[in-house]
Amino acid sequence: MAVQKLPLAKALNESLRKALETDPKVVVMGLDVGKLGGVFRITDGLQKDFGEDRVIDTPLAESGIVGTAIGLALRGYRPVVEIQFDGFVFPAYDQIVTQLAKMRARSLGTVKMPVVIRIPYGGGIGAVEHHSESPESLFAHVAGLKVVTPANSSDAYWMLQQAIQSDDPVIFFEPKRRYWDKGEVDTEAIPGELHKARVAREGTDLTLVAYGPMVKTCLEAATAAAEEGKSIEVVDLRSVSPLDFDTIQTSVEKTGRLVVVHEAPVFFGSGAEIAARITERCFYHLEAPVLRVGGYHAPYPPARLEEEYLPGLDRVLDAVDRSLAY
Amino acid sequence: MTVESTAARKTTRRSSGAKRTTGASAGAKKADQAPAGEPELVQLLTPEGERVQHPDYDIDLSAEELRGLYRDMVLTRRFDAEATALQRQGELGLWASLLGQEAAQIGSGRALRDDDYVFPTYREHGVAWCRGVDPTNLLGMFRGVNHGGWDPNSNNFHLYTIVLGSQTLHATGYAMGIAKDGADSAVLAYFGDGASSQGDVNESFVFSAVYNAPVVFFCQNNQWAISEPIEKQTRVPLYQRARGFGFPGVRVDGNDVLACLAVTRSALERARRGEGPTLVEAFTYRMAAHTTSDDPTRYRRDAEREAWEAKDPIQRLRTYMENEGHADAAFFEELEAESENLGKHVREVVRAMPVPEHMAIFDHTYADGHALVDEERAEFAAYQASFANGEAE
Repeated sequence: MAVQKLPLAKALNESLRKALETDPKVVVMGLDVGKLGGVFRITDGLQKDFGEDRVIDTPLAESGIVGTAIGLALRGYRPVVEIQFDGFVFPAYDQIVTQLAKMRARSLGTVKMPVVIRIPYGGGIGAVEHHSESPESLFAHVAGLKVVTPANSSDAYWMLQQAIQSDDPVIFFEPKRRYWDKGEVDTEAIPGELHKARVAREGTDLTLVAYGPMVKTCLEAATAAAEEGKSIEVVDLRSVSPLDFDTIQTSVEKTGRLVVVHEAPVFFGSGAEIAARITERCFYHLEAPVLRVGGYHAPYPPARLEEEYLPGLDRVLDAVDRSLAY
Repeated sequence: MTVESTAARKTTRRSSGAKRTTGASAGAKKADQAPAGEPELVQLLTPEGERVQHPDYDIDLSAEELRGLYRDMVLTRRFDAEATALQRQGELGLWASLLGQEAAQIGSGRALRDDDYVFPTYREHGVAWCRGVDPTNLLGMFRGVNHGGWDPNSNNFHLYTIVLGSQTLHATGYAMGIAKDGADSAVLAYFGDGASSQGDVNESFVFSAVYNAPVVFFCQNNQWAISEPIEKQTRVPLYQRARGFGFPGVRVDGNDVLACLAVTRSALERARRGEGPTLVEAFTYRMAAHTTSDDPTRYRRDAEREAWEAKDPIQRLRTYMENEGHADAAFFEELEAESENLGKHVREVVRAMPVPEHMAIFDHTYADGHALVDEERAEFAAYQASFANGEAE
């Protein structure tokens, strides 16, 4: 039982089950999380096993969901909130930014806010408007929040465990287009730290930094580049806030080149922060300016155009070539 | 039951908002004839200090309890006046006065049990007093030395919430937690007529009704949201909104401490019995400016304020107690001395309030730490240390 091959979605489901089993203060709440098991079935079967008191179908109001989760946390509970889709989080943005993030500091540390907000995010599934966005930077910009995003089944399982155990609010972005990708999960392995990046593939010529859904894309790009004799290192950030600059720095000091890839628009995106900090830290190691590949400064397009908008293998390789050309 | 009270039904019929289509002039005339503050509401003590009966609510208080309520209101008002003065002297950056709302706050605040929990706005100084929060603790945020900074759990009194209405959802979630715990405590959530328009307040009504949460919503309708009169928020009396959400609403004379106590006590008991939320609308008046930064002469008439002065919550209780022989001259003299002492205490504590050490900027951002905060703290410390040799340039 310890090692299983699970789709990322199922790993999240197992992780929630484990949290509900382990800690009676954990409650799962959101739209359709009960009987239906969530629109992506992440909470499938949990209400049946843990009851309506712990797996709570809520009224359809995101601010209300997060606001009441804050109240439950003040009462000693550890709510795990599901926001149904990335583009639906904004009614709750006020509660998250104004209340959840600042409550601890406002109380001079006398209260804690162990609230996890799970958000399926990103595109590539042919959805209608507001179902494919990547708003992670809007949360990473806010002090008091932590922002993480797993890229594989093992991280999905363990990072969710760690997020639920954290006494800080964690925005947990789930790469929805990778929900069905299978990977090994060792439910007895001791996991690494929640906010540490991981070198997903070693290389010597250039560093690709990505997280969530783009890790797979970057690994594919590295494989393709290897056929052309280019050795690409891929860093899976895992955590957007805090961000493990040390791991990126170590990699860039070795390769001298950095390309950051995310689905979110490039403008004011996490890539901008990474580029600025790595330029500061690795100025004398860089052989080329830090390049970014991401979404454009336009509303997320209709599904028939999303493959053009999203960073794919070709756009990543194009950036790799441009960097190597310096 | 409360929504269906005789008083409530009469108010519905008198609602000028619903009658406006019958002719603007008639509506205006009616409004002139019945100046603000004359709607049907639960009242146990008239503005003239006369004790009256209400079919649904009653209260039987000893002379000592009455003196206690009076003392609470007087000391709260004194504290409030002192804070306003401290702002004028430059000791506070801002103050939000509760002048005129003492009965609403003391009446509701004294209805609470110790194990109940309160979620205030930023004006609940009287409720804080009832909860045993040292009033000087309320002043840190207005002096700019913290954003609140008291431990909410030591008095079951949450931090002041500035963004309007957000706390009603926290109150509802907290109440859901009480129900899950199987406890019989209740939650009292404060907000005002302005916040009643907020989505969060309406969502808290939905959630508390659906989960039958033990929460009482206490809306102090003080008639003004900064410069906007109540007509800019609603065309029905606020308490009537509760009915649409599926729980009772009741309007109480917010300047009548006895009625506020009786109505809130009854609503809290109802919550404890597992019968769910109640909306209490305390009909009162903001006698002072919104805050010390506000200038009400730009938007409201003195006559309105004068009309409300005649309904002063403290004077009416004093008249009643004096007429009934519940308090003698010595009581009032001693209370005056106690007020003076409180004012002195507040002045001294505020002036001595230390400015936090500058590294405190980084404190308490996270419970479990954050690499960026650590890095920036170190940078900031190094920068500050660069001035240590007196070489500031």
